[in-house]
Amino acid sequence: MGRKLLLEHLNKANINTMEGYLQNGGYRSVEKALKKMTPDEVTEEVKKSGLRGRGGAGFATGMKWSFLDRNSGKPRYLLCNADESEPGTFKDRLLMEKIPHLLIEGMIVSSYALGCRTSYIYIRGEYMFILRILEKAIAEAYAKGYLGENILGSGYSLDLHVHPGAGAYICGEETALIESLEGKRGNPRIKPPFPAIAGLWGCPTIVNNVESIAAVVPIINDGGDEYAKIGIGKSTGTKLISASGNINKPGVYEIEMGISVEEFIYSEEYCGGIKNNLELKACVPGGSSVPILPKHLLLKMSDGNPRLMTYESLSEGGFATGSMLGSGGFIVYDEKACIVRNTWNFARFYHHESCGQCSPCREGTGWMERVLHNIEYGHGKMEDIDLLWDIQRKIEGNTICPLGDAAAWPVAAAIRHFRHEFEYHVKYPNRVFDEDHVYQPEMKMQKV
Amino acid sequence: MTEVQKIEFSPEAMLEVSRIVSHYPQDKMKSALLPVLHIAQNEFGGWLSAETMDYVARLLHIHPIEVYEVATFYSMYNTKPVGKILIEVCQTGPCCLNGAEKIVSYIEKKLNIKVGETTKDNMFTLKTVECLGACGYAPMFQIGETFYEHLTEEKVDMILENLKQEKLKAINN
Repeated sequence: MGRKLLLEHLNKANINTMEGYLQNGGYRSVEKALKKMTPDEVTEEVKKSGLRGRGGAGFATGMKWSFLDRNSGKPRYLLCNADESEPGTFKDRLLMEKIPHLLIEGMIVSSYALGCRTSYIYIRGEYMFILRILEKAIAEAYAKGYLGENILGSGYSLDLHVHPGAGAYICGEETALIESLEGKRGNPRIKPPFPAIAGLWGCPTIVNNVESIAAVVPIINDGGDEYAKIGIGKSTGTKLISASGNINKPGVYEIEMGISVEEFIYSEEYCGGIKNNLELKACVPGGSSVPILPKHLLLKMSDGNPRLMTYESLSEGGFATGSMLGSGGFIVYDEKACIVRNTWNFARFYHHESCGQCSPCREGTGWMERVLHNIEYGHGKMEDIDLLWDIQRKIEGNTICPLGDAAAWPVAAAIRHFRHEFEYHVKYPNRVFDEDHVYQPEMKMQKV
Repeated sequence: MTEVQKIEFSPEAMLEVSRIVSHYPQDKMKSALLPVLHIAQNEFGGWLSAETMDYVARLLHIHPIEVYEVATFYSMYNTKPVGKILIEVCQTGPCCLNGAEKIVSYIEKKLNIKVGETTKDNMFTLKTVECLGACGYAPMFQIGETFYEHLTEEKVDMILENLKQEKLKAINN
């Protein structure tokens, strides 16, 4: 049974209220940090923990905090990125919906470390019902003296507000999030300057994912070294995995970094195997933006060792044979799933979500969607497959923000590992209109 | 017959607007735009007309174009009228692996409209939207602030009938 640092008390009565949260050891890290530690000591613990950004990029959180310009004379801001919109990802939702005080506690300690007087939680507009929950919890925190002036007599004051988005995946990108908080269209900014130097209203700003900030609580409670004892290599601590697709037990699971992918898929403790006794065909392990992997590359690395649920192991082999942990949006495909249809579906998503600033992304995502639609609906040509490869190659690396790359990678991976499915669609356009879109036996993946 | 509705927030809405504006520095009122547009959309029929957007601009001391460009960027703002009940079905990959497309077809057949359209009695509008963060509970749709998950055709029937009855009661009162 893996340790649970975030979800340990998930099913306790009233854990979503101040009373229930306090009964289960809540707000201890605020007492400890504000009364017994300096802001720099808090940052030091986060550095020692090895915590990496849990939104998807996996950048060392302690290092990001150290970039914050503390000498500008301008106010500093901590923004919690609760814009969770990466397809396949729903872990931040669970945290905020069920244990709102965990995020608030983490925000207080983190804001203290960064020297912020006002911090914001930017939450996607579709989670409006969770905004209500957070605001209620924040009011409880103010009433208890954990927010506001002179918290617990420490001399540190903090105001915390929740700010809704209104439907834009791109606002999960930190500079687009800042633009949106300023009341504008979510167009990402060129970096540098980085938000740590010039962010919200030109002030030094740190943007962190919900789960990253929640993780600060156990890190301060138990110490960074203790957190780093869990996991392997540069993948320390626990990670929330959002499991969905053709599995028996979809849901959010907190895992210790380092369990095997095979265990995660098949164990009753986690996904419980593939539904309806079908075979595993493929998996997108970290949200729609990361490469899809066929079963034989998913479960084992190139050295034959089992692939593990860590940043390093899932990336082993680069994009040739590997993928990424990303957001931990773990989407599982059974043998009847159509990879072409899924690729078209994701292409449609990225085209819809492109902010439109960069020509390669704005035009390229639309072009890929149209070509994939043609192939999926029986109007494809063999040249379309190489055309798709060419388009994605010309988007990658040529955009202001990573959405372009995120749109390119799924197309590249699908063609790299499942070209035969695309060719099948082109060769047999009539068969793609089967009601269940089930492949003929000759198209099934070779079993390893 | 056209209804001319004076665009002005109710006292309750105005209080909420003041509360929101107080979250930001005094010279950064524009930051309140996204939350205030949500309030405006809820107050004035579920969509944002040009008049509504001009009103919000005046309230926040910004130019109308600054409101138009935001309202047209974010997918939750409706710049055209919608029915009393807006059904937003998630259509992204993981939901499709669990029957989302079948649910969309079912609703289209049941209400006799296509995605993007509104029923003749102006009761229901059907839209498809991108990943709502409910992939483990698919298929699902959002109506107002509520997520309806683990949908089946029977559940869809029940949910839509209940919501329709609620709306009719509210209209008749």
